[in-house]
Amino acid sequence: MHKKIEELKDSIIKNKPQKGINIMEVCGTHTMAISRSGLRQLLPQEINLISGPGCPVCVTASHDIDHIIGIIREYPATLFTFGDMIRVPGTVSSLQDERSRGKDVRVCYSPMDSLEFARKNPEKKVVFVAIGFETTAPLTAVLLRQAAQEDIKNFYIFNTHKLVPPALEILLLDKEIKVDAFLCPGHVSAIIGSKPYDFIANKYRAPCVISGFEPIDILQSLDMIIDQYNTDNPKVEIQYDRVVKPDGNPAAVEAIYEVFEPVDSDWRGVGMLPLTGLGLKSQYSKFNAAKAFPVDIPQPKEPPGCKCGDVLKGILKPFDCKLFAAACTPEKPIGPCMVSSEGSCAAYYKYERKA
Amino acid sequence: MCLAIPAKILEIKDNTAVIESLGVKKEVEISLVPDAKKGDYVIVHAGFAIQIVEKEEALATQGYWKEWLDAQED
Repeated sequence: MHKKIEELKDSIIKNKPQKGINIMEVCGTHTMAISRSGLRQLLPQEINLISGPGCPVCVTASHDIDHIIGIIREYPATLFTFGDMIRVPGTVSSLQDERSRGKDVRVCYSPMDSLEFARKNPEKKVVFVAIGFETTAPLTAVLLRQAAQEDIKNFYIFNTHKLVPPALEILLLDKEIKVDAFLCPGHVSAIIGSKPYDFIANKYRAPCVISGFEPIDILQSLDMIIDQYNTDNPKVEIQYDRVVKPDGNPAAVEAIYEVFEPVDSDWRGVGMLPLTGLGLKSQYSKFNAAKAFPVDIPQPKEPPGCKCGDVLKGILKPFDCKLFAAACTPEKPIGPCMVSSEGSCAAYYKYERKA
Repeated sequence: MCLAIPAKILEIKDNTAVIESLGVKKEVEISLVPDAKKGDYVIVHAGFAIQIVEKEEALATQGYWKEWLDAQED
């Protein structure tokens, strides 16, 4: 294993483009894997790894976070959420604050727990906070399919699901960032396959490699990207072919588009991006918690000095933010990139901070 | 968020399977992998099997994910 890593590293060093290459790792789990393994330090400076917007908690818009918190403050609801979401600071409080005030906020491992709870407690209104990319959207779709079939009337989702490939196009069009190639997410691609990225290679001539998560996978993917780049032969390759098929998981894609349709979506720090989100189709709109539980959302204000928006777009590295590791730490996070364990700031703080 | 850990299917009942991963047995939802059978290996994301994988792949990477999850609990 070690020998293979050395070989890949040598190959990358030997073939590195002299003028440098900016490679964005899109997925938060890749960011963590790169930080943990020290790969960024292992690579020559010509290979610039930029962390992208692939942390679902981090890209959830402030007004969505405030709406979710508003629901639990104003309505007698039971809220189910993934653990990462609970500490994200909203404008007035966090879900954790609300829970400590006695509100019914529950962390679930599986979204199915929320539907099960709704079934068993028909007198309670149950809201599942549906965040995440294509990896997680089919899970929500299965819940809603079942809720519709069983005509469960006390179950809702607060939907902020987002799509990866169209968001990459918007990053490519952004003048402030120069991304030459993408290390594409492994488990998003397990669902959608490789084809949805084709336009990135064809239209924008940016190499794309769908990568696994071990250091050896990532090095091999980088080596493949550099080869595509040097030979001016951009395409979408699957390094993680043990898990990712070209067609992905068609049953999961079908589930997504039975329940959802592409809509514009607001990304924290980036803004409204056309057709980068998944909205509920009209026949599922009765499950829409945002409609069922309207709240007055405070005028969102980003914490002063917080650079999460620029970090999410890859314009700044976490070290470039003045709050990083000073006022903003995992124990007392100011911005969402420090809250979620796979946020760029949290990953850099834990593994790459210089003493 | 997008973690997905390999597991072996021990039993299937309707849309639920009992799986074993890293020595722990759990129930997961399997309607997204309609071809999955008892004895197959799948990757599991937040309580749902999302893809069938080869046994060799599953066994080879379980150790990596165990180390990963242990590190998260620090």
